[in-house]
Amino acid sequence: MSDYLKLDHIDKSFHRGGVETQVLREINLVIDKGEFVSIIGHSGCGKSTLLNLIAGLTQVSSGCVLLEDREVNSPGPERAVVFQNHSLLPWLTVYENVELAVNKVFGGKKTRAERHAWIMHNLDLVQMAHAKDKRPSEISGGMKQRVGIARGLSIEPKILLLDEPFGALDALTRAHLQDSVMEIHASLKSTMIMITHDVDEAVLLSDRIVMMTNGPSATIGEVLSVGLERPRKRLDLVSDKTYIAARESVLKFLYERHHFVEAA
Amino acid sequence: MSTPLTKIQPLSSKVTATEVAAGSATYFKPQAGAWSKRYRPMLANFLQVVVPPIVMIALFMVIWQIAFGRAGASLPSPMQVWKDSKDLIIDPFFVAGPQDIGLGLRVLTSLQRVALGFGMAAIVGVLVGAVIGQSVWATRGLDPIFQILRTVPPLAWLPISLAAFRDSQPSAIFVIFITSIWPIIINTAVGVRNIPQDYRNVAQVLCLNQIEFFYKIMVPSAAPYIFTGLRIGIGLSWLAIVAAEMLTGGVGIGFFIWDAWNSSHLSDIIVALAYIGVVGFILDRLVAIIGQLVTRGTSAN
Repeated sequence: MSDYLKLDHIDKSFHRGGVETQVLREINLVIDKGEFVSIIGHSGCGKSTLLNLIAGLTQVSSGCVLLEDREVNSPGPERAVVFQNHSLLPWLTVYENVELAVNKVFGGKKTRAERHAWIMHNLDLVQMAHAKDKRPSEISGGMKQRVGIARGLSIEPKILLLDEPFGALDALTRAHLQDSVMEIHASLKSTMIMITHDVDEAVLLSDRIVMMTNGPSATIGEVLSVGLERPRKRLDLVSDKTYIAARESVLKFLYERHHFVEAA
Repeated sequence: MSTPLTKIQPLSSKVTATEVAAGSATYFKPQAGAWSKRYRPMLANFLQVVVPPIVMIALFMVIWQIAFGRAGASLPSPMQVWKDSKDLIIDPFFVAGPQDIGLGLRVLTSLQRVALGFGMAAIVGVLVGAVIGQSVWATRGLDPIFQILRTVPPLAWLPISLAAFRDSQPSAIFVIFITSIWPIIINTAVGVRNIPQDYRNVAQVLCLNQIEFFYKIMVPSAAPYIFTGLRIGIGLSWLAIVAAEMLTGGVGIGFFIWDAWNSSHLSDIIVALAYIGVVGFILDRLVAIIGQLVTRGTSAN
């Protein structure tokens, strides 16, 4: 059986003013269908670059990204991205933001009524159907991110890429959204890759946690499988041994072995 | 609002205005009925906007009357203007003969030319600006040229366009077109260059093609810039048409002024100036209001 998403010997360098900086080196990773994988690491370790490579927004310097054995070298709707700052178009309503994506991807395949039902279904999924006629400036940060997730899900991607989706939110809103994402992942069985720098978030949501070493020339330091049963309940996990152990090993990786020097 | 010195900011001065309005409303409160509670602040606000200009215009008229009221003055006084050109002032749309028509009709003829020239400039300007804004090399190559052409006065284009079109009507329209297109191109290009990378990423992930990107991302995102360009453009085209008509003749308001000068009807000229000013002001406000309506969503963010 072949791999679902395969990152094969990826290197990535940027050129600026004749100076070459290597950001990523020797990235090898295989992700299965339906898996939830978090990528964690200190700022500047190339997490976002890695996500952009998978999204096709930037190109690899060497190596390749394979999705179902086909090489990824340009962006496409089978790899939806939920951006850190939501990236909703401010002149469109919540509904129209999702509609833009749905019409583009399903314009020829579904009837108008089917598309409407599908948009509403996705807004329901993130509990945003009530605000469908509001503009992004009229809703809160957490709501914007929900719509961003709805837009990502609405194009039925093979992989949903989440770039620090909850980074700009307060702790309570963040917890709500994490629960929503867990529910969606459970019900849709979708493959998700999330970038985060929150250890608890990574352990709570992920099947596996990919830990990155510090840049430049960052690479995958360690991959931790989180053997927690699903569905996971935030409160039950607080004293769960597996949870505590997983949390500890990620913390140790980040703060003992790969301590971020510049942050001191 | 913390200091009165921040009045340059439109938002804070707006707050000041409404606060003053609310204050004066409570001051003049004889009975606290629902009607007066609701409409009195609005009325106060309206009066605050309308009364000061009226007072200033009246003051200006009085000074003017005093300065040019005596016999043998070089320019007519307001009373003289009223006496000479009453027909022009009270009825803008009379038709008394092929060359003797109301100023409103003349203005409409000029506006027709502006509509054609400016309309074309808007379409071509936005398209060219979009292309230039998208390409770094087009910007580097063309921006300096546009910056130079932008400074050429409207009338300097007239001889060339008369030579090219051999007719006054298309020449006048071309002068408007060429005068108003530069700010539209330049502002659109800046707006397109400033489209946030996030929106471009969204478009890329959805695989929007060039045309979809233009309509769905580029135009709405750059709309505030585009409308700034359009507003400067309509002002310039109104400047250009009056000057161009003076030279090309015809029915427009510009030619009317030249004609009145040749027949020493100074009062008529003053009335025409007032018409031109008011129409130019309305055009400017019109584009500004359309811009506000269209860009509401964009600028709210």
